[in-house]
Amino acid sequence: MPIKTYRQAINEAMAQEMRLNDKVIIIGEDVAGGAGCDGERDAYGGVMGVTKGLFPEFGESRVIDTPITESAIMGAAAGAAQTGLRPVAELMFMDFLGVCFDQIYNQAAKFRYMFGGKVECPMVVRTMAGAGLRGGAQHSQNLTQMVTMVPGLKVVCPTNAYDAKGLLITAIRDNDCVIFVEDKFLYETSCEVPDEVYTIPFGEASFLREGSDVTIVGISNTVNKAVAVADRLAEEGISCDVIDPRTTSPLDEEAIIESVETTGRLVVVDEMTPRCGVAADISSIVAEKAFGALRAPIRKVTAAHSPIPFAPALEDAWMPQESDIEAAVREVLGYTR
Amino acid sequence: MSLNKEQFLQAYRTMRTIRDFEYRVSDEFGKGNIPGFLHLYAGQEAIATGMCMNLDDDDYIVSTHRGHGHCIAKGGDVGGMMKEIMAKQGGSCAGKGGSMHIAAVEKGMLGANAIVGGGPPLIVGAALSAKTLGTDRVGVSFTGDGGSNQGTTFEAMNLAVVLKLPAIFMFENNGYGEGTAAGYAVGSKDIASRAAGFGMPALKVDGADIFATYETCKKAVKHCRSGKGPIAIEASITRFRGHFEGDAQAYRGKNEVKRLMKELDCLKIAADNAIKKKLVTKAALTKIDKEIGVYINEAAEAALAAPSPDVSELLTDVYSSAY
Ligand SMILES: Cc1ncc(C[n+]2csc(CCOP(=O)(O)OP(=O)(O)O)c2C)c(N)n1
Ligand SMILES: [Mg+2]
Repeated sequence: MPIKTYRQAINEAMAQEMRLNDKVIIIGEDVAGGAGCDGERDAYGGVMGVTKGLFPEFGESRVIDTPITESAIMGAAAGAAQTGLRPVAELMFMDFLGVCFDQIYNQAAKFRYMFGGKVECPMVVRTMAGAGLRGGAQHSQNLTQMVTMVPGLKVVCPTNAYDAKGLLITAIRDNDCVIFVEDKFLYETSCEVPDEVYTIPFGEASFLREGSDVTIVGISNTVNKAVAVADRLAEEGISCDVIDPRTTSPLDEEAIIESVETTGRLVVVDEMTPRCGVAADISSIVAEKAFGALRAPIRKVTAAHSPIPFAPALEDAWMPQESDIEAAVREVLGYTR
Repeated sequence: MSLNKEQFLQAYRTMRTIRDFEYRVSDEFGKGNIPGFLHLYAGQEAIATGMCMNLDDDDYIVSTHRGHGHCIAKGGDVGGMMKEIMAKQGGSCAGKGGSMHIAAVEKGMLGANAIVGGGPPLIVGAALSAKTLGTDRVGVSFTGDGGSNQGTTFEAMNLAVVLKLPAIFMFENNGYGEGTAAGYAVGSKDIASRAAGFGMPALKVDGADIFATYETCKKAVKHCRSGKGPIAIEASITRFRGHFEGDAQAYRGKNEVKRLMKELDCLKIAADNAIKKKLVTKAALTKIDKEIGVYINEAAEAALAAPSPDVSELLTDVYSSAY
C-alpha cells in the first residue's frame, strides 16, 4: 500500500470528493494563493500547502480564495451548505475561531434544530491546531473543547494520515457541520494510505495499543505521545491500553469505559488548558459511568492554565510531554488506598 | 519642505534603525537564533516613522503581526525588543510574547497583534479613554490592506465616527495580504474611499516618501486633537521581504521585488531628496548609518548572550492578583 503523509492524505480526500461531487467546494484565505497577483496562482495552496493542486484541477469557481474575513467565510459556508453546496471552509489557525465563532456555533450548529429539523448544514471547517512551533499565544491553541461542547457540531481530530483521509471523506459526506481539527505537528508524518476512496465512521475509537494495566486516552497528537510512552513502559512489563477516540463529538464512550473496566486505571491526555477541556470531560464520563471499576483516581495530563508562552523553554513547560504522561501512568499504578 | 534639518535627521535615524533591526533579525532567524514566525517591516519604515514623529509618548498606537517598525518608531527599547524576539530574559514582554506580540506599553505602543483586524477596535477603546478622561491624546491603529477587510475594522471605524473619537486608522497598503493581492481582496477602488461611507475623511499618501508621509500624518493628528473625530489614511508601499521569513513569494511577478526595492526604498529616496535640497550632507547620513550599525549589533549581541526565561515564570502574570 502506498505511504502518504498526513498532508497528502487530507489533500487526496478533498480531491477525490470534489471529483465525485461537484457540490463540494473549498473556500478560505490563500487556499490557492496568488489571486490578483502577477506571479503564480496556487502559490500557497493553504499556508501549509494542504490544498495545493486543487485550484489547477478544479478552478476558481470551486477553490475560492477570499479576503481576510473569517466571519464571512464561515457564514458564507453555512449559508451555502443550507442551500445546496457542500463547502469545505478553511480556518487557517484554530485560534481564529474567536473572530468567527458566531457563524459557527450560533448559526451553522443550530439551523437544523431551530428550524424544526427542516434544514441540513453539510459543511466542514478544516482548521489547524497545536502548540510547539513557537507561534505564541494567538497561533498555537488547540480549542477542540470549545467546539466539542456545542450541540449540533461534530468534531474530528485525526492523528495519522490513514485516519485523516477516511475521516475527512466522512466529514464531507456528513450532513451536519463538522469541525476537522488538523494537528500542525502531523503534516509530515506518514503511514500506509489506500488510493481508493474509503470512510471511517464517527464515534468509533481506535485502539493503538492493547494492554491491561492502565488505559490512556489521548486527543490529537497527544495520543502519539501516549503510544511512545506505552511502548517504553511495555519493556518494563507495564501494559497500557492506548485509545484514540478520533472524534470528540460524537465520543466513543463505550470503548473508553470497557477499557477502564478491565484496567481499572485511567490517564487522559489533551493539549488544552485543564479546566473544562476534553480530558476533563472524559474524566467526568468515566467517573460517572465506571466509578466501580476504578482502582485509582483518574489522572488528567493537560497543558497549564495560562496563555501559550512564546519562549521555547516556557512553551515546553506549558505542553503535556511524554514524561508527564509516563509519570501519570506510574502514579495511577502506584496508587494505594 | 516640511521636515526641518533636525526632524529629518531624527526621521532618517529611526528609519535606519528599523531597517537594520529587521535585517539583523532576518540574519539571526536564518541562523536558527529566533524561534517562531517572523514578519518584517523592511520597506515600510517611512510610514511608522512619519506617523510616530507626530505623536507624543502618551499617545497610543496598536500594531499588526508586522510590528517591529511601529514599536521602534514609538520609542520602544531596541535591546528589549531584540531579547524578546530571541525569547530571552530581559525581553520587553518577558519572553512570553515574541515577534508577533512585541509591545512598548510604557511608550503607548499597546502591542503588535497576531489576529488580523484585532487592532482597530482596541484603538477605538484607547481613543475613548482619551476622550472620556479629557486628555488630548490620540490613538492610531496600523492595519494592513488585508486587515482592512475584516469586519472588526469596519465596526471600529463606524463606532469611532458614532462616538466622535480621536482615532486614526492608518492603512498600510503594501499590495498583499499573505499571497493574495490587495487589488483582488479589497473590493472598492481603494481603501481610503471606504472612509467616506463611514462618515470620516481620508487622506492618501505615498508611503515611500517620508516628507509626504510626515506631512499627511501631521494633518491627521491635528484633525483628531482638535476634536473633529476620526480620520483614515491609506499609505501605499511595498514590502521588501516575503509575508513571513521563508516565504518563497511565487505569487510575486518576475523581478518585482528587485524592481520595487529600487524604486520604493524610502531610505534612499529620503537621502537623495534631502541631499539634493541641501538639507543634509551625505557624510552626516553615513555617520548615522555607522552609529546605528553599532547600536543594532550591540543589541543583537546582548540578546544572543542573554539566558532563556526561567521556567518558574510560566504561571506568572496570567492574572494581576493572586490566583
Ligand atoms: C484573523 C486572522 N486571519 C488570518 C491570519 C493569518 N494572516 C496573518 S498576516 C495575514 C496577512 C495580513 O495582510 P495585511 O493586513 O495586508 O498585512 P501585511 O502582512 O501585508 O503587513 C494573514 C492572512 C491572522 N493572523 N489572523
Ligand atoms: Mg498587506
